[in-house]
Amino acid sequence: MENKPFFQREGVKTILASLLSIVIGLLAGAVIIVIVGLTNGSIIPSAIWDAIRLVIAGVFNTGRDAATGALTFGFNPVYFGNLLFRAMPLILTGLSVAVAYKTGLFNIGAPGQYLAGTCATLFLALSIPTSSIPAWMVWVIAFLGGMIAGALWGCIPGLLKALLNINEVIACIMTNWLAAGLVTWAFDISSLKNVLEGTKTGYIYKTSTIINDVVVDGVRTISGAKIPEGAQVLATRGGVATPKLGLDSLFPGSQVNAGILIAILLAVVFYIIMEKTTLGYQLKACGSNRYSAKYAGIKDKRNIVLSMAMAGAMAGAAGALYSLSGNTEFFWTTYQTLPAVGFTGIAVALLAVNNPVGVIFSGMFMSLLNINGQQITNLTAYNEYITDVIIAVIVYLSAFMLIIRMWISKKRTKPGDKSGKPDRKTAEVSK
Amino acid sequence: MAFLIRQTLIYSVPLMIVALAGVFAERSGVINLALEGMMIFGAYIGVVCMNVMMSLGWFDAVKASGNPWTAQWYLLLAMFVSSVAGSIFSLLLAFAAIHLKADQTIGGTALNMLAPAIVLFMVRITAKQNSLLLASGDSATWFMIKKAMWGFDKSQKLSVLGEAFLNKVYLTTYFCIILFIVLSVVLYKTKFGLRLRSCGENPQASASLGINVNRMRYTGVMISGALAGLGGCVFAVTTANCSANGDVAGFGFLALAVMIFGNWKPLPIALGALLFGLFKCIAASYATLDVNGDGYYVLANLGISSHIYRVLPYLVTLIVLAFTSKRSRAPKAEGIPYDKSSR
Repeated sequence: MENKPFFQREGVKTILASLLSIVIGLLAGAVIIVIVGLTNGSIIPSAIWDAIRLVIAGVFNTGRDAATGALTFGFNPVYFGNLLFRAMPLILTGLSVAVAYKTGLFNIGAPGQYLAGTCATLFLALSIPTSSIPAWMVWVIAFLGGMIAGALWGCIPGLLKALLNINEVIACIMTNWLAAGLVTWAFDISSLKNVLEGTKTGYIYKTSTIINDVVVDGVRTISGAKIPEGAQVLATRGGVATPKLGLDSLFPGSQVNAGILIAILLAVVFYIIMEKTTLGYQLKACGSNRYSAKYAGIKDKRNIVLSMAMAGAMAGAAGALYSLSGNTEFFWTTYQTLPAVGFTGIAVALLAVNNPVGVIFSGMFMSLLNINGQQITNLTAYNEYITDVIIAVIVYLSAFMLIIRMWISKKRTKPGDKSGKPDRKTAEVSK
Repeated sequence: MAFLIRQTLIYSVPLMIVALAGVFAERSGVINLALEGMMIFGAYIGVVCMNVMMSLGWFDAVKASGNPWTAQWYLLLAMFVSSVAGSIFSLLLAFAAIHLKADQTIGGTALNMLAPAIVLFMVRITAKQNSLLLASGDSATWFMIKKAMWGFDKSQKLSVLGEAFLNKVYLTTYFCIILFIVLSVVLYKTKFGLRLRSCGENPQASASLGINVNRMRYTGVMISGALAGLGGCVFAVTTANCSANGDVAGFGFLALAVMIFGNWKPLPIALGALLFGLFKCIAASYATLDVNGDGYYVLANLGISSHIYRVLPYLVTLIVLAFTSKRSRAPKAEGIPYDKSSR
């Protein structure tokens, strides 16, 4: 393994294939920008060039030059911090899809599990009185609660697959929409709808909001941090947020917090579970062939459910950390829309070839595209959906990643050298 | 009652035709998870096509002539353009699945992501908002067949069946039902249909009898794309009021469930589509559902939360799948890239 030439190593080939699909994806985006720009009369040529630069390097954008109107580039701490912040849920949903994929399951249910996690976390964080339990403990309970809710929601398609052999893709899609409907229902009858800040309607309180249950003139009501005169405070809720750990001074003005470190830590933990433990081996064995794994004495049904539960826990953690950041607001009438971060998780996992450590980097890349897309909407006549097109192209390419990898091997080997192709004997044994 | 029948049919027809789209792809051996994406693309192209016709002044001419039936021809044209667009879009899946031997689940997911992304990208640039609408009027104005068009007087009361099938209906419903029957016959009673199905069961055996498996699979996927594109256009006209916003409310995925529920066979699919259409109809219009025509809204007055009606279609799908999965039999070779040398 170590003696192989650099370009023949499996890991290097995989990374090269992923980088190649990124390049092709970006090229496809650029081509679409040019074609649309040239055929649409309302877009001026300089806007085409601006959009192409922003699609690649929007995160370095520092606005437009006031005098010339040209784009200026440089280090922008706000965008870099936000990149890390938005990478946090993406890494976790990516992990969710990757873990299930290792067990041969296509977890398209991450959006639903994400919603389940969000819902449980918001309920726990905003209902447990911080006047009797310290806020950090409420944070831990809410985070774990979100993970458990996601895990339970992930178990449903897992159980249906293991016991009734229902295609997990269909089951996941149905549980997604079920989650969307049920979460809307739960918040609709809850008392967590934000009424204190009357600026926007339809949102749940931020977890950092301080809510006081008070009695004014014998009537029970709630108030914000400012308590009306003569009121008796029964309990205080809220005020829960992920600590910043100094990241805010590194990236001033951005939303980043310690959640990104938790996401990275979880990715590393999953790498160890998958590569260094018996459990990981069993899960992967079920993934490569459920029936031969069963023959070898591995409990296939248990492992399928377990894998979906772990996947669900990760997506739930994504929702939990995103809500616990304290500066995000949840729009609760979500029964018609599913969170996009769940679907992007599929792209994150596929780009990383389902490697948990790779997911960290591909999550950051998808987050980068997200930031770039925002710049495109703000600064040009184009809009952020061009980055969704790029992501879709990358997913499309990853469907035949194997072919790309073989193509890379062929390029790097001399004619007649067959080392790039799988050894016939081992291929037959693995059948 | 008339309203319930009419509305159930409106929701069932796209499900039915798109589920049949899935059958054509999967019977030929290619998993088509991209039904949703193809529908979204078809819906967009359909609305674009109608807008183009409108800007050419065709619809104004219809209004001026006083013969509303002419607009039905334009609707047919839009449906045709949508299916061609869906067919072209499906080539992406066919190429990846057949030529590159790609993972078909991922390929389908990619198309499901690509379609809304491209549609929203274009709609935002051309319409400056998130939804492309008709320049003037809506689907009811131009395409709805009302009783006056049959020569009935506006004040004349029709029977329940007359109300259900002749008044306030769309041509798409009947067109799709006929198409569904014709294609089912093609799939089961013709040489072509038998060959297509054989490629999804045992492609090596088909090849040994001189069938070009790859060409058959291309045909299957392209028919699938055409039907899904058509289904998207039907959805846009009958349910989405001729708007395209990169979303078909999960109909493509529901159709996929209907297909599995219907065991990849036309008749059970038609029944399944009617069942889901009924639940979708209840979910969408429970508040104004007047079953026996006495002005009393039964479902709205049952005191059940509206949220239950909303999750009902999905819950029913899951439960029905749980009960039917045991006897479910997918085409044997679906999802497996055809390899000449393996037997």
